[in-house]
Amino acid sequence: MGLISSTHSMSRYHIEGSFEATVMDEVRRGLIENAIPKQENEYEELSAGWTPYESPYNPDFEKFSFIFGTYFLFSLRIDKKSIPAKLVQKEMALAIEKKKEESGRDFLSKNEKSELKETILDVLMHRIPSIPTIYDILWSYEDKNLFLFTTQKAANELFETLFLNSFNLKPIRLFPYTIVETKSGFSADEKDQVLSLSPLKYVKG
Amino acid sequence: MLDIATAYNKYIFLGNEFLTWIWFLIEQEKDIAAIIESKEPISLEIGNSLVLENNLGDKSKEKITIKGDQAGLEEGTTALKKGAFVTELNLLCKMGEEEEYKFTIKGESFNITGLKTPSTQTTKSEDELEGIILEKAYLLLKVTGVIDTLFLKYIENRISDDWKSKGLQEINDWIHGS
Repeated sequence: MGLISSTHSMSRYHIEGSFEATVMDEVRRGLIENAIPKQENEYEELSAGWTPYESPYNPDFEKFSFIFGTYFLFSLRIDKKSIPAKLVQKEMALAIEKKKEESGRDFLSKNEKSELKETILDVLMHRIPSIPTIYDILWSYEDKNLFLFTTQKAANELFETLFLNSFNLKPIRLFPYTIVETKSGFSADEKDQVLSLSPLKYVKG
Repeated sequence: MLDIATAYNKYIFLGNEFLTWIWFLIEQEKDIAAIIESKEPISLEIGNSLVLENNLGDKSKEKITIKGDQAGLEEGTTALKKGAFVTELNLLCKMGEEEEYKFTIKGESFNITGLKTPSTQTTKSEDELEGIILEKAYLLLKVTGVIDTLFLKYIENRISDDWKSKGLQEINDWIHGS
């Protein structure tokens, strides 16, 4: 569910650090250099990159804006090929039969079977198109807040790696400990006190 | 800063304690706006789901899920008495005169799911898109700001000198019905 939808699911980040050069230029550079390729690589199982919010299938940051007021808004697109296990099973059965006929034998060795499977996976990977998934990202640079509109672990991990590579700024996932570290005005002593806390027990009396 | 993965696991309990505290605040009709020093009126209500977990000591966990718009929370209070904590909570947050937000928050990750903000414009013509985006961003930052501020208030209480004699005592009294 993206930014403009009736319900949202999201994980939140604190963005550590800041740009030394002009912010907009740095963001533009990071987005363009790490945009998802226009042409999909037919042999790649997974491909991830940025794309404009308004144009998820045409990653053209010169044509489409990523600046909305004081916010940066763009999307993470993850293209993934997934080969159904039953298709592999079917292709394997056919290939084994064919090989047996060709060789005149009534069995295949373990090695032969794994070679066949490798070939089949290669062919299918080439034939099957990628399925794209789009996750919107809203970045409030000034106050170091960022929303990623998903809570899926795999998408979070890809986002974190891609964001760091693109902007050289570290996205810190916000959860109880990191909120204390990044959003509180606590002194070092107070933070130490938080670190030394242990779970409560609600006891009678 | 601690290693992120280690810190995540080590301090999961803070998020669960926080959600349990929110339930306490709601049941005791505490003034949320006063707690977070907001000029705008803010109220919280339990929405349509509440999940509690109780560590049973032998690495097993007891999980209690209460769902439904008019669900009774008695099983939840019984679970609290047995040592459970709230791990996931659906909340209705009202701010100002008309703003209403509904969402589910998880204690360990603070992930927010099913968030409904006050309605914004829905037309997507190019001229209006920027306005819609800015409005959405404002609403999202506002509601998450309330959650963060309330959480940090809880932590402030939790490390204060009178926590045991005051804050903790009040929660114990609520749970055990003194």
